Amino acid sequence: MATTEEIRAELATIVNDVAGVAVEDVQLDKSFTEDLDVDSLSMVEIIYACEDKFGVSIPDEDSKNLRTVGDAVAYIERAQA
Amino acid sequence: MPTIVITGLGASTPLGGDLATTWDALVSGRSGVHRIQEDWADDLATKIAARAMVDPASKLDRVEARRLDRSTQFALVSAMEAWADAGFGLGDDNPVDRDRLLVSLASGIGGLQSLIANWDAQKDKGPRRVSPFTIPLLIANAPAANVGLKIGARAGVHAPVSACASSNEAIALASDLMRLGRADVALVGGAEAVIHPFTIAAFNQMQALSRRNDEPERASRPWDVDRDGFVMGEGGACLVLETLEHAQARGARIYGTLAGAGISADSHDMVQPDPDGYGQSLAMKRAIADTGLAVTDFVHVNAHGTSTPQGDVTEAGSVRSALGDHADEVVVTSTKLMTGHLLGAAGAIETISSLLALYHRSVPPTINLDNPEPGLGIDIAANKARPLPGGDLAALNNSFGFGGHNVCVAVTNQHATH
Repeated sequence: MATTEEIRAELATIVNDVAGVAVEDVQLDKSFTEDLDVDSLSMVEIIYACEDKFGVSIPDEDSKNLRTVGDAVAYIERAQA
Repeated sequence: MPTIVITGLGASTPLGGDLATTWDALVSGRSGVHRIQEDWADDLATKIAARAMVDPASKLDRVEARRLDRSTQFALVSAMEAWADAGFGLGDDNPVDRDRLLVSLASGIGGLQSLIANWDAQKDKGPRRVSPFTIPLLIANAPAANVGLKIGARAGVHAPVSACASSNEAIALASDLMRLGRADVALVGGAEAVIHPFTIAAFNQMQALSRRNDEPERASRPWDVDRDGFVMGEGGACLVLETLEHAQARGARIYGTLAGAGISADSHDMVQPDPDGYGQSLAMKRAIADTGLAVTDFVHVNAHGTSTPQGDVTEAGSVRSALGDHADEVVVTSTKLMTGHLLGAAGAIETISSLLALYHRSVPPTINLDNPEPGLGIDIAANKARPLPGGDLAALNNSFGFGGHNVCVAVTNQHATH
């Protein structure tokens, strides 16, 4: 089981790779669109990169509710449990 | 009607990652054609191509590059070189009125490599693994649109598609629009990046590509009796066009004048040129007429000259027909033996070559011309660069495309500053 911090750190690497956001900026309280300036198409890429990385399924109806980095990390933690 | 001058140039080609390196190779007669190293070429009849010397992604921001097809990467790299060469910056350093700035930049095929990669992803891993950027990556107007976004063009962004005539058509279109008063500055050109086993197989099935795999640098040989097809190249080339008034008001360096263009269609066959060359000749005559100059003012033709058995002979006849007996005084060359065939970018790099031939008074050589086809009736700059005389000079650049598209662009050294 990955810890919250491990998931956040992996997610930060993905967000950096897809959208060029600095790894240290990807913190739990940050909004993908408002704080990190991630556009909607990049968000789709981030979601499927997460599916591959964490071995979870994130259906479209759930992914649209992942507003902050914390939302995404919590979703991945629950899906892995 | 405003006079249109050329104030910025840029290129990323098999001969160099920038225009200066490319031009040096062109006048020196160096070939950019090499053996394809990847295993995927093993079962192809053609195992040679003219790859770009510098990966365009290496000159772009990493995140920006991954959202752009390689064709658009070439467009951006060459466009930014031309833009800077003209003395313009980006953002707050861009002095051009955006509402008077247009882009006309073509790709013959579009983002084919992105299309194939994402279809492969879908087949292997399912529809949810198709990149959400796939459509903006592959549409044929992506190079033009991305360059337009970069420089903030608001007068219009155009991407005419006419196969291997595309970027000459892009130049002709921009010239017309500027003469109509729709813009003061235009960034024009072309980009192509389709060196892939699929395209090589497809062109091979048409018997269009050279199979001289044991001598890559001697494979492209327009007008030589042993020519056996073109060599696929890739790259981008761009020019900054400007009204003379706009250029002189800011004291810009001027390479020469975009003096006119001529367009025609063969209306004969989808892939074969009309053997009587009527359409090709018509495009050249229209370009000459558009300049208001006399036929005798023209000293140079950069031919389409792809090294195909029928195409080269047809074009020689068309040049003779358009120029009449004055053809004896005109130096013809093809630069495709060095660059390979840049398809949708061919017109742009060859318009640049024509312009620089006048600017530097030196026509790049037609290398590999060991045994010219007899009875061509044109004077080819065989195997070594040919000097041009002093004084006022004019040149034509031909581009012809599958579909019967013929576009001829005319440039002169009028208003050139050194």
